[in-house]
Amino acid sequence: MLHGYGPAILGGLWATLGVAAASLALACVFGLLGAVAKLSGVRALRWAAEVYTTLIRGLPELVLMLAIFYGGQTLLNSLAERHGWALIEIPPLAAGVGTIGFIFGAYLTETFRGAILAIPRGQAEAALACGMRRGQVLRRIVLPQMVRHAIPGFANNWLVMVKATALVSIIGLDDMVHRANLASAATREPFTFYMLIAGLYLAITTVSILALSRLEKRFSLGVRAVTF
Amino acid sequence: MIDWAVVTESLPAFAGGLRVCLGLLAISLATGLLLSVPLAVARVSRHRPLAGAVWVYTYVFRGTPLLVQLFVVYHGFAQFPALRESMLWPLLREAWFCAWLAFALNTTAYTTEIFAGALRATPHGEVEAARAYGLQGWRLYIRILLPSAWRRALPQYGNEVVGLMHATAIASTVTLVDITRVARDVYANSLLASEAFGTAALLYFTLTFTLVGGFKLLEWRFLRHLRPQRPTPAHAH
Repeated sequence: MLHGYGPAILGGLWATLGVAAASLALACVFGLLGAVAKLSGVRALRWAAEVYTTLIRGLPELVLMLAIFYGGQTLLNSLAERHGWALIEIPPLAAGVGTIGFIFGAYLTETFRGAILAIPRGQAEAALACGMRRGQVLRRIVLPQMVRHAIPGFANNWLVMVKATALVSIIGLDDMVHRANLASAATREPFTFYMLIAGLYLAITTVSILALSRLEKRFSLGVRAVTF
Repeated sequence: MIDWAVVTESLPAFAGGLRVCLGLLAISLATGLLLSVPLAVARVSRHRPLAGAVWVYTYVFRGTPLLVQLFVVYHGFAQFPALRESMLWPLLREAWFCAWLAFALNTTAYTTEIFAGALRATPHGEVEAARAYGLQGWRLYIRILLPSAWRRALPQYGNEVVGLMHATAIASTVTLVDITRVARDVYANSLLASEAFGTAALLYFTLTFTLVGGFKLLEWRFLRHLRPQRPTPAHAH
């Protein structure tokens, strides 16, 4: 039925999962930096983070991806020309992961900011009173407690992000969608292959929802649930 | 640094792209609104098979990428000779029709869940009071439940509209010449990334903030009863 393209599509599934996982890690870094910047006392940092989130959330993912992919390449080319370096070509994988991570970092900034604000102020104050330095307060007190509050927003962003990875096929990444494009063209059975990858995306979504709800339970162990 | 000649020369093309983007957004949103209200009512109904069927639809469409949905419609249906020879083919062959179908089905799924959530959040007392006045069945929905849910859904619906506007960029992958397609063409011809994508970004940015502002106005209007009231000045006697 798949004319031998099954393994190729499965290979694409791993590529998609790899891009998603790497982008998520990068997005978490950007998100944490953004959240800390938004809550910091330094005005310039707050402004930079504000510009970052507003800009990203005002533009389509595809346009940002194309702009960063082609714009980044143009920038690198002109830098290389000016300094006499060898031409560097951005690998599509780095471009895809970089842009998706950068985009969803903006969304995670808001999630993490809200989660940090949900922690009672007294926690950080008590830690400061115990003599911890600011970095220690963040690492030992704020971040571990933030996780529970961040999970619902985090789950949402992850689900949106997995679907956004489908766009990396447009900038030439060899992911599941790209493999399906090739298989459809070769076999003239586009419906079969696009439905197949739609099913695989649905499977990723379903597994993610189940896993994240368990994670939420795990992190809420110490919190008594409200019963109505 | 910026080659303004390239920008001005491409402006007419960008204007055409803007029209395609807005046209696609408008017809998809209109279809989505029309379909999602009855579907949301079905989704919260006590009729289990009906509610379940709507859930399956929204789950599938919210769990898969819009790009793949669009490809299934645009490339996929051509696989079936029966469809290619049917009366539907002149429509299914058109990129416009396929984009409309995929976008409308996609936004309907999200909007249905937004409205269903708002319906579920209806305060108990509102329904009881309406029942006490003898409202039942569809009258209860038209007069009380839906207007009340619409107000609660408005902020989230605004997000969905902005999201769909951003998603129209995906239509550029099936030969529709929208803003994104124009930007890619300008880039392909000039190799000037900031001119091509900067102009597109500016357009999308303007659209985003116009929509966000528009929904702020709608919320101002529809959520008037939640605004803090100015204290009425005491009567001077």
